Amino acid sequence: MKKHLLLSTILSLSLAGSAFAATVDAADKLAGTQTFSYWLIDSITTLDPQLIESVEDSDVARQLFEGLYTEDGTGDLVDAGAIGYTVSDDKMTYTFQLRPEAKWSNGDPVTANDYVYAWQRLVDPATASSYAWYMELMQVANATAVIAGEKPPAELGVKALDDLTLEVKLITPLPYFRKMLAHSSVLPVHKATIEANGQKWTEPGVLVGNGAYTLTEHKPGEKAVVTRNPLYWNNAATVIESGSFLTVNDENIAFTRYEAGELDTVGIPTGMYPQLSKDRPAEASSAPRACTYYYLLNMDAGKGPEALKNVNVRKALSYAVDRDILVDKVLQSGQIPAYTLTPAAMAGFTVPSVDYATMTQEARSEEAKRLLSEAGYTPENPLKLTLNYNTSEGHKSIAVAVQQFYKAVGVELTLNNMEWQVHSDIMHERTYELARSAWCGDYNEASTFLDLFTSSSGFNDVAYLNADYDKLMADSKTMEDPQPNYTKAEEILAADMPIIPIYHYTSSRMLKTDVRGYPKKNVFGTWYLKELYRVAE
Amino acid sequence: MFSFIARRLLVAVPTLLILIVISAVLMHAAPGGPFNSERKLSAEVVANLQAKYGLDQPLYVQIWTYIRDLVLHFDFGPSFKYKDRTVNDIIAQGFPVTLVYGFWSFVIATILGIGAGVIAAIRQNTPTDYLVLSVAIIGAVLPGYVIAPILVLVFTLKLGWLPGGGWEDGEWRYLVLPVIALSTGYIASIARLMRSSMLETLNSNFVRTARAKGLPEWKVITRHVMKPALLPILSYLGPVFVGMITGSVVIDMYFSTGGIGKSFVDSALNRDYSVMLGVTLLVGALTIVFNLIVDVLYAFIDPKIRY
Repeated sequence: MKKHLLLSTILSLSLAGSAFAATVDAADKLAGTQTFSYWLIDSITTLDPQLIESVEDSDVARQLFEGLYTEDGTGDLVDAGAIGYTVSDDKMTYTFQLRPEAKWSNGDPVTANDYVYAWQRLVDPATASSYAWYMELMQVANATAVIAGEKPPAELGVKALDDLTLEVKLITPLPYFRKMLAHSSVLPVHKATIEANGQKWTEPGVLVGNGAYTLTEHKPGEKAVVTRNPLYWNNAATVIESGSFLTVNDENIAFTRYEAGELDTVGIPTGMYPQLSKDRPAEASSAPRACTYYYLLNMDAGKGPEALKNVNVRKALSYAVDRDILVDKVLQSGQIPAYTLTPAAMAGFTVPSVDYATMTQEARSEEAKRLLSEAGYTPENPLKLTLNYNTSEGHKSIAVAVQQFYKAVGVELTLNNMEWQVHSDIMHERTYELARSAWCGDYNEASTFLDLFTSSSGFNDVAYLNADYDKLMADSKTMEDPQPNYTKAEEILAADMPIIPIYHYTSSRMLKTDVRGYPKKNVFGTWYLKELYRVAE
Repeated sequence: MFSFIARRLLVAVPTLLILIVISAVLMHAAPGGPFNSERKLSAEVVANLQAKYGLDQPLYVQIWTYIRDLVLHFDFGPSFKYKDRTVNDIIAQGFPVTLVYGFWSFVIATILGIGAGVIAAIRQNTPTDYLVLSVAIIGAVLPGYVIAPILVLVFTLKLGWLPGGGWEDGEWRYLVLPVIALSTGYIASIARLMRSSMLETLNSNFVRTARAKGLPEWKVITRHVMKPALLPILSYLGPVFVGMITGSVVIDMYFSTGGIGKSFVDSALNRDYSVMLGVTLLVGALTIVFNLIVDVLYAFIDPKIRY
């Protein structure tokens, strides 16, 4: 999985409740030492919210900065920087009331202008953020023109009506606009600190944030330490005094360090979940993630292979993949077989019963053979294709298994492994036949997946073009309840099969038994240090 | 001697310039770029990114700007991947780390390697020799990525003596495992090299003469054998020292030291051109300096060599 996509955001439609903080159970006796240490598989690349691209960066930034909303344990919206909002009748103007007691860690009040500054900064060509497109996705007025340098950042559709009132103008009545507001890209930043320190503003001692913690130490590649921020508006409810984020690039070493007590939570290394969940159920858990793993089928008119232009061939290639074996025997971490692009875990999304999902694998393989022979491919005249994947043991094991599944239906698959930078270039240039890919949602709504394969999408590396699909997705932007459109879009995908969905991710992790408040069920893995506490055992 | 050193240092300047040009050309020739992501970025965003980092300029302009900033301001440029850090920051943070664990690994590898090699040579074809040889072969074939996890498993998890990773500004407890993991392979190769070099010297005529004079064996070894036997080791140790102090990706990965070894490999994979170039230059400059030091040392050890 390419982690640098997965930035978490907000979930579901529920009304934002009261601000979230550590809610200590009356029966719990707090431990004397309140610290927490978290595992990062890669070093932090930046803590500048508008430049963040990776999950690791977001995990730390979420403790240092607070946006309009945070998420609770199941991913529902919780008021944070905002305490209320109104929306115009055309649903294109949002007005947020900001929390008057919110302060920056240097004592300055957090004002609407801080949000305006941050949002303009995200799209400002001078910032050159690779997440600038997120503002376009949010449908904020003039975002596209500002990114292209056609209008000044000041013309972005966001404005401070007064210190505590933020107004946002959209170009479509996007139904899930608010859900997109917990993303790291739209966190407020402190203008004076950035202007005074330039690139160095994110260093410990310099960084001014408005979150529950401040950055006290950062040694890239080794660790970052955050310490409780006494000026945080809800500091009284914070329990954990300090948190450390240790970079350990290897999942097995990380697990050993968890066992040695150096880490309080780690991801479970591949293949170990079945045993650990049996032996140590109090520590091991597994929950769905908003991510899907799939193979792309290149249908580009000029550059794609002829065979893949035939829908029956594409279907056959998808049917022949035995997802149960992949999940149960190869991956072994509780992943979910995928027959649709969107995971069932997405808020409000009902997985349509696409026909091939309900068949037995035997029936699917038979159907695959039939479809292939109809298309003129037989064991004597086998279909020959090449699969590209980026170097990783996991991708390789899956590719080898798929090669075997294909052999059984008379397709010769050649495996072609390459480093990520080359792989991504080839995908975007559409000069491949089959390619491994994956996507993790940016916000908890099916469109974060389904928008990928509209004909105009920057992610549509398969050259998929279906006018009905495009229309369903375009309409969903203005509908009160877009869910039926999402279901229909998935049905179209299953009929056209531009990609082969393989599995939906789960996150399986070990967590020390004295830690409370960790949201194991959040599909983005979003968690806040201020909500945790440790009990005396 | 002085003019020799001055000459060598002068030659270093064009060498480094050529290194910059070749590295830059090769890097840009490699497919993929620093801003590749799962989502194909829009043309505007790519243009903004390229303009910010000067990648919209022709390559010769980029190289010229790079050399100019380097010479005038000692500025290695911004990192494309670590967006709030410069290459100077990355080297300033990572190099001291690898310098410390690399230096200690070097000291230990040299002392133990030479010691073991000498003992094995003196006791040639005895059980001691076979023991040293077998240990050396095992050490040489066990890669760091096998040794490192085993060390963590034993010393961190089973015995609980040492932390399984981290650096803490080089506190000794954090230093032990990386040093063992890094030096093991080198101890083995130095020992084997020292052993064969010793054996060769032990069989030479001047040693036979020394023995014939009736010198006690320990005097033969220390006065007549050690110095010439060390010469091949010395030329091996120069590049080894540079290799060790500029870090190891395995050590940095397994022990989370934050050293420069991993930054170097990551920069290549991420197409983080400026970091790659910065570390290449660092390694290049250090290699030139330490090869020079080795050559100077040669003159001291071997009276036949004069500059």
